[in-house]
Amino acid sequence: MDFLTILQILDSTVRLATPLLLACLAGLYSERAGVFDIGLEGKMLVAAFFAAALAYSSGSVWVGLVAGVAASMVLAALHGLASITFRGNQLISGVAINFLAAGLAVVIAQTWFAQGGRTPQLPSDARFGNIVLPGAESTIRGIAQQGPLGQIYSELISGHSILVYLSLALVPLTWWVLYRTRFGLRLRAVGENPAAVDTAGISVVGLRYAAVMIAGILCGIAGAYLSTALSAGFVKDMSAGRGFIALAALIFAKWRPWYALSACLLFGFFDAVGNRYQNIQLGEFIVPVQFMQALPYILVVIVLAGLVGKAIPPRAGGEPYVKER
Amino acid sequence: MDKMPKWADVVLIPLISVVLALLVSGLVVAIIGESPLRAMQIMLRGAFGSAYGWGYTLYYATNFIFTGLAVAVAFHARLFNIGGEGQAALGGLGVAVILLGVDWPHWSLALAAAMGFSMLFAAAWAAVPAYLQAKRGSHIVITTIMFNYIASALLVYLLVNVFRVEGSMAPESASFAPTTHLPSAADFAGGLGFRGSTPLNISIFLALIACGLVWLLIWRTRLGYEIRSFGQSETAAVYAGINPTKIILVSMLISGALAGLMAVNVVMGEAERLVLDFTEGAGFVGIAVALMGRSHPVGVILAALLFGALYQGGAELQFEMPAISREMIVVIQALVILFTGALDNMVRLPVQRVFLTLKRRRDRAAPPHPAE
Repeated sequence: MDFLTILQILDSTVRLATPLLLACLAGLYSERAGVFDIGLEGKMLVAAFFAAALAYSSGSVWVGLVAGVAASMVLAALHGLASITFRGNQLISGVAINFLAAGLAVVIAQTWFAQGGRTPQLPSDARFGNIVLPGAESTIRGIAQQGPLGQIYSELISGHSILVYLSLALVPLTWWVLYRTRFGLRLRAVGENPAAVDTAGISVVGLRYAAVMIAGILCGIAGAYLSTALSAGFVKDMSAGRGFIALAALIFAKWRPWYALSACLLFGFFDAVGNRYQNIQLGEFIVPVQFMQALPYILVVIVLAGLVGKAIPPRAGGEPYVKER
Repeated sequence: MDKMPKWADVVLIPLISVVLALLVSGLVVAIIGESPLRAMQIMLRGAFGSAYGWGYTLYYATNFIFTGLAVAVAFHARLFNIGGEGQAALGGLGVAVILLGVDWPHWSLALAAAMGFSMLFAAAWAAVPAYLQAKRGSHIVITTIMFNYIASALLVYLLVNVFRVEGSMAPESASFAPTTHLPSAADFAGGLGFRGSTPLNISIFLALIACGLVWLLIWRTRLGYEIRSFGQSETAAVYAGINPTKIILVSMLISGALAGLMAVNVVMGEAERLVLDFTEGAGFVGIAVALMGRSHPVGVILAALLFGALYQGGAELQFEMPAISREMIVVIQALVILFTGALDNMVRLPVQRVFLTLKRRRDRAAPPHPAE
């Protein structure tokens, strides 16, 4: 395996980790505020559909992004309504949202485009293009002629869509918001001890809604990335469990932003390896492609089994807050 | 103080929730530009209008009774088993292994073996998440979802590489021997108009027996009592000497085994071979069925019948109204889960208020006896 191949795998690691990272940060805000969100998957999916549909019909990928984020926020508001206002079961609400998204996206796609529940292929100007950083090569031949440092710069660092850079920038931003702002302190407090926050005269409901809506925005961007940057259009169930892998990454990262980045990169790496090598031959033994496809899920279980240290969730997570009178 | 009578809690609230879910579904159909009433009519006729329709409706309902009971048993222990889909897939594997591996002289013996193996395989698949929940505290919701994906990959691998018939491209196993074919509704109820092609088979009686057994288990045995106490309050249950590890493991094993039995209906009773994705989302429908049926076997039967009708009616709907995708059923399923599960309080609180007002008015009209 030569140096450029390794770089190419790392390059697609970054691409595949981006939707995971966005969804993982979405879950981070929500769960740090004490609202479990297993509806990340559904929000991504519905955003992927509306982003592709609107990008196709308007010709502008930005219109698509806004539509995707808006659709995701509608489902986030529904989750807030069920789990904050009506104090329902947050897990059941998440499951309902996942099915609602999976069903609605296909139903609307069928009515709108009549192509069996998918959107038409997006033309390249209705997608997020790759940004070539100054001084970087963009062609394979150009990159192959560069030295190792140039190759790292051109292949790995340059040539991603703007959403990739945005998601990477969101990691330090999230860290700063959570640990260096008043809002972040209150957000974390409401996930640990909502009664204390309430006693201080701060609205628990308001904070939790804010967190859930931030999660909606981030899932919306993740979904738009799936259908308008990673691929060119929406197909049924295209989120393919990424919302759940993001959740697992969140647990792996113990609800901390920088660790979330490493966890998502790790899962993105497995995805990239699985995509590149259909069957891996290890001596006599052939690792089948299905095993590579199942690998992220198997790893999630291993991670959750606590083989890599104990993960303690926010203390008030999953519990609706009932004000004492 | 009773906030409202028991019948309101058990019947009225689920009914209002389901009606709300159907109304919103109708709204979606209307937005698509089709008439909800006509859609409803087509679905009802498709599901109940003929012996053909009834055959499919009851066949689907059989699946949903099994998966619904699976989710319900776990719910009683306050465990949310989303893994019915993967557990049922493994159940299908168990059925295929035993029916292809042994020459069965008679279907009744084959049925007993298939039941045993489907339950064994499915329960084993549920055992790992259960163990991880009980011993390591890994959240069962996420681990069971992961096991669905792993089961699906495993089945694809086995169907392509192990079970596939030599020379065939289709990822499916060889057909089971004719001696293992279960009697279909045409055999035991041909007088009602069922034809030989109907998928309905004697598994429906197994589903009904399973309902009875689950009722006995949950409300008439010591184990059921322990499961319910654990579900009500883990700390109280532990204080009373109930072993939480045992309850989590046992209720998940039962739950998995019930989900696995679904494979007897589909793999043995209908397809008569193992095919890819035979579960068709029935494991997930079980969640809606259990929520709607309030985790009670009678409720599960009624909810399973409703979803059976939706599945069969939905298939007919797709023929008559091509603009409506079959995925509309998933939307309805989601709305039922949303209204009966997550938004329960939205319906419950106003209903409670109505009953309190009524009670107060009654009390005012006839003041309680001073001796009371």
